[in-house]
Amino acid sequence: MRSLIFARRNALEILRDPLTLVFGLGFPLVILGLLTLIQAHIPVSLFELPTLTPGITVFGLAFMALFSSQLVAKDRGSAFLQRLYTTPLTAWEYVLGYVIPLLPIALLQSLVCCLAAMAMGLAPTFRILLLVLGNTPAALFFISLGLALGSVLNEKQVGGVCGALLTNLTAWLSGVWFDLNLIGGGFKAVCECLPFFRAVQLGQKLLSGADGVALPLGIVCLYAAAAFAAAAVLFFRQMKK
Amino acid sequence: MNAIETHGLTRRFGNLTAVDGLDLNVREGELLALLGVNGAGKTTTVRMLATLLSPTSGDAEILGHSLVKEAQAIKRLIAISPQDSAVAPNLTVWENLRLMADLHGLEPQRKAETMEQMIERFRLQEVLRRRAGQLSGGWQRRLSIAMALVCEPKILFLDEPTLGLDVIARRELWGLIEAWKGKTTILLTTHLMQEAEALSDRVAVMKSGRLLQVGTPKELMDMSGSASLEDAFLSLIGEEAQ
Repeated sequence: MRSLIFARRNALEILRDPLTLVFGLGFPLVILGLLTLIQAHIPVSLFELPTLTPGITVFGLAFMALFSSQLVAKDRGSAFLQRLYTTPLTAWEYVLGYVIPLLPIALLQSLVCCLAAMAMGLAPTFRILLLVLGNTPAALFFISLGLALGSVLNEKQVGGVCGALLTNLTAWLSGVWFDLNLIGGGFKAVCECLPFFRAVQLGQKLLSGADGVALPLGIVCLYAAAAFAAAAVLFFRQMKK
Repeated sequence: MNAIETHGLTRRFGNLTAVDGLDLNVREGELLALLGVNGAGKTTTVRMLATLLSPTSGDAEILGHSLVKEAQAIKRLIAISPQDSAVAPNLTVWENLRLMADLHGLEPQRKAETMEQMIERFRLQEVLRRRAGQLSGGWQRRLSIAMALVCEPKILFLDEPTLGLDVIARRELWGLIEAWKGKTTILLTTHLMQEAEALSDRVAVMKSGRLLQVGTPKELMDMSGSASLEDAFLSLIGEEAQ
């Protein structure tokens, strides 16, 4: 119950920050629109909506790491957490309180991306809902990663790491901007081991109804579990400092 | 009866001993000011007593609970207003107060009453719907203390409550703290002599992590034969009064 009280506060903090709308929603939608426009003017099928949309939803999820990391880093910097540490909230309630509000925000963001894609020509199908729900483990991965980084870095540092580095890594290593087969070799092998490409692959398979969902789902779930565990450990550690 | 009793409370950070074998009693209902120059160990002491930092050795009894063994029980009895204002910036003043009351599990009726009391006592009505992050430093400090008191703590820790405030905001805050005296045990840290003299029942002087003397401002002045608390303080810490 207390974690829900804390979660409500965190949801309000994030949703009332205008940067949430600009980066969390506006930016992925602009990219979606731009790439769709490019696709309409080139002869090869590089950015077709059924393959592009899952990629953009995963790219958008990278901003969840920015939100969670900034919130934790800000709370640490302002001594707000010090105040809360003297309340009966337990360590796990803090972690859940940070994660719980961001999950629905992340899924809502994916849904809005899909609705925008539908407005641009993506065929409406119930599989869109599968794609949105299938983003849950990737959302947990990014939120947890943000929580972990926010527990060790300050607000300025997480802005650089999550806002610039992580969003770029997500874009370049996920196969959204280009087909990984074009490069192949070691680069493709590395990307296939990472959650970014696998999260996009999972979304594409869920949207198209293709087989082979288990492998990408399993890999993304493993990364989500590892990131959540790392977040809990690092958050508990900074609590004791 | 003592609200706080420390027994050889010590905290080390590597080779630095921030608090060194502190033996200090704070009586129930009194306001005790921890006075010392920067680095004296005041904030570290408060952070330990507020369960934010584990002692390296020693222990303290907070209303009968061991600091080392019963930190979770102590959290239900205390509140802190840290050096920084520590408010949730995008929440309104009212939402900040409600957050603290809810986290401490106050019943709805009690919560409404104490929130109303805080709003009235700290004269927060005019800023109630404003986001805390948009308030001036003085208002944020006021809210910070109200947030600590809304959960009806038995002991309140105020860490340099007027740090960085202008003279008007400082005087206003003193008035609010003064009005609260006797209702809650308050441990206040400050390096302002005037603040310690104006607010405290007793003053504990610390230097280099050690407790030098405890007494009422008058007792400390008499002890050192000084005309002011500032002179008494300088005399105690071994400095020449200017």
